[in-house]
Amino acid sequence: MFEILLLAALAQSPSIGKPATEAEIRQLNIDVFPNGKGLPPGKGTASSGFALYKTHCAECHNEKGEGREAQYPALVGGVGTLSHKKPVKTVGSFWPYATTVWDTINRAMPYDKPRTLKPDEVYAITAVLLHWNGIIPENFELNEKTLPAVKMPNRDGFVPDSRPHQKKR
Amino acid sequence: MTPNDFRKLALSLEGVEESAHMGAADFRVGGRIFATLAHEAQGYGNLMLDPETQAGFLADAPELFLPASGGWGRMGVTHIRLRIAKKDQLLGALRAAYQLRLEKNGKKRNKTSRRLFLAAPGALGLVSCQKEKPPAAAAGLPEGAALSMRPYGERSPFEKTQRGAREATKSPGVGSSRTPHQDLYGTITPSALHFERHHAGVPSINPQEHRLLIHGLVDQPMTFSLEDLKRFPSLTRPFFIECSGNGGGELAGNAAPDASRSHGLVSNSEWTGVRLRTLLEAAKLQAAAKWIIAEGADACRMARSIPVAKTLDDALVVYAQNGEALRPEQGYPLRLLLPGWEGNASIKWLHRLHAAAEPAMTNQETAHYTDLHPTGKASIFTFEMEASSVITRPSGTHKLAGPGFHEISGIAWSGRGKVAKVEVSTDGGKSWQLAALDEPVSSKALTRFRLPWTWDGQATTIQSRCIDETGYVQPTRDEIIEARGPNSNYHYNGIKVWSVKADGSVTNV
Repeated sequence: MFEILLLAALAQSPSIGKPATEAEIRQLNIDVFPNGKGLPPGKGTASSGFALYKTHCAECHNEKGEGREAQYPALVGGVGTLSHKKPVKTVGSFWPYATTVWDTINRAMPYDKPRTLKPDEVYAITAVLLHWNGIIPENFELNEKTLPAVKMPNRDGFVPDSRPHQKKR
Repeated sequence: MTPNDFRKLALSLEGVEESAHMGAADFRVGGRIFATLAHEAQGYGNLMLDPETQAGFLADAPELFLPASGGWGRMGVTHIRLRIAKKDQLLGALRAAYQLRLEKNGKKRNKTSRRLFLAAPGALGLVSCQKEKPPAAAAGLPEGAALSMRPYGERSPFEKTQRGAREATKSPGVGSSRTPHQDLYGTITPSALHFERHHAGVPSINPQEHRLLIHGLVDQPMTFSLEDLKRFPSLTRPFFIECSGNGGGELAGNAAPDASRSHGLVSNSEWTGVRLRTLLEAAKLQAAAKWIIAEGADACRMARSIPVAKTLDDALVVYAQNGEALRPEQGYPLRLLLPGWEGNASIKWLHRLHAAAEPAMTNQETAHYTDLHPTGKASIFTFEMEASSVITRPSGTHKLAGPGFHEISGIAWSGRGKVAKVEVSTDGGKSWQLAALDEPVSSKALTRFRLPWTWDGQATTIQSRCIDETGYVQPTRDEIIEARGPNSNYHYNGIKVWSVKADGSVTNV
């Protein structure tokens, strides 16, 4: 009853908050979806990205994405190890979507200067990682159309939560 | 004390700058004067107090303070005789003037707390309580009293428990810190001891400028300020937040030596905020929306996709924790709170909600926080934290004083609802006894259990298991490994066993 009264009161009162403008949304929304929705126009290849990788990524992720010590896990390799005793989870062996690689670099990298790379630079660095993992050739152009079409090796490696793993008492 | 001591102490306060007015040195915070050396030649320091505080100081230490002459003095300007002032007295007086200035600058006077603090005789006692050693009596306080009132409380200087922190990588700001459950009582985690997990540090956010944007599959995209959000009907409830990595070391076979390192990534607070459902309805959520992507304003723009059913069920957008504004480490000024679900999905520093037809498959829901099975497949969107418990007293690093009575006590919780019962074994799992639960038992919140125990002085083990209202029974580590292997990393909820040695010391098994 109380909830109904409350909803009625809310419905009658002038609305709280402000309508958001298209410009506000455009400024903040950086989400990218597996189907490519949200990707800005742009392009890059691994060959155009090697130097960018060296400048922006190598300090932590090492010269060829092999990671450093246990602190910065590898980005490259490990394909086929997921069912092993010591699985190696990398972009190449584990990540199901290429768009997630682009999105991670775009929203969070470089660690100390996130969101400073231009779309073309993000496409190019993404291409470097996919190339080193043997997923695309060195001169394959990644853009807003080709990136979501890239099939990652572990694309079908995820299953829904199957718990609880016990019968009810 | 000398004028130069006055200067040094004034400048030791946060944000204080020295300036000058009519040729005399003054000290400012936020650009406004709170102390001067305009009467340096007479051996006075000047404090910009108010009449109420001035009266308290004069009553407190008449030999030390006198009002400035004329109208200034009547308004509260007070001289302190530097030659006879002790360091802690001078610092206390400067702090009082500084605090008043800050309050005026903020124009947010809390009259009650101000009166309590300022009218108190011995407000100077403020200083002594900041020291590590037990405080000595301050001027004006009766014998046996060490300090008077203070505007924001601190625990006793004898209490030392703290979070154990670990930087997960060499990138500053990434890592976690753990609640020291072995030192705590009850169910509410003190805000200062709530566990932390940050993926790119803690941002500093001005609440006046913070906005929550709701967009995507809604008829009316909206932005809300903090003031807007506080106008909506509010709700206060206790809920635990547990990192899905809690107990990961136990799964990996590194049994932790204390309850902080085994289970320190769960904490429990009373949260206040607005139902997310209310906000989504205000934006007129469309039926086509199946997921809400929540994003934080931290450096890495941490983002998670949340099934819309949860957002319309018990999800909250909260601005308060244990009765006051959220702590910065807990998402100040605004966080998502998904009761019972893995902690990282309760996005901190929440600034954007994107209604969509599909999940975004962000880094933090694919590359991380997914559970790898021995088949090589990994389960994804594993949200609920299953029933768990740990004995916190006695627990690792404790030592029983000797045979005889001891209360066994601990915490239990379930992401699927209420704790129905907790069973405790003191004989290596051969027999189980029903523990008492402290009422009220709240859904998806830490529950305290207790069992009286008479220890016979023999070496043994003690352990607890939680059964929740769905009938689910907390499993053993072996059962979890059998169900999903040793590399699933997250969502571990195995029974924790402590070893009690004949000398009374308690260790991991």
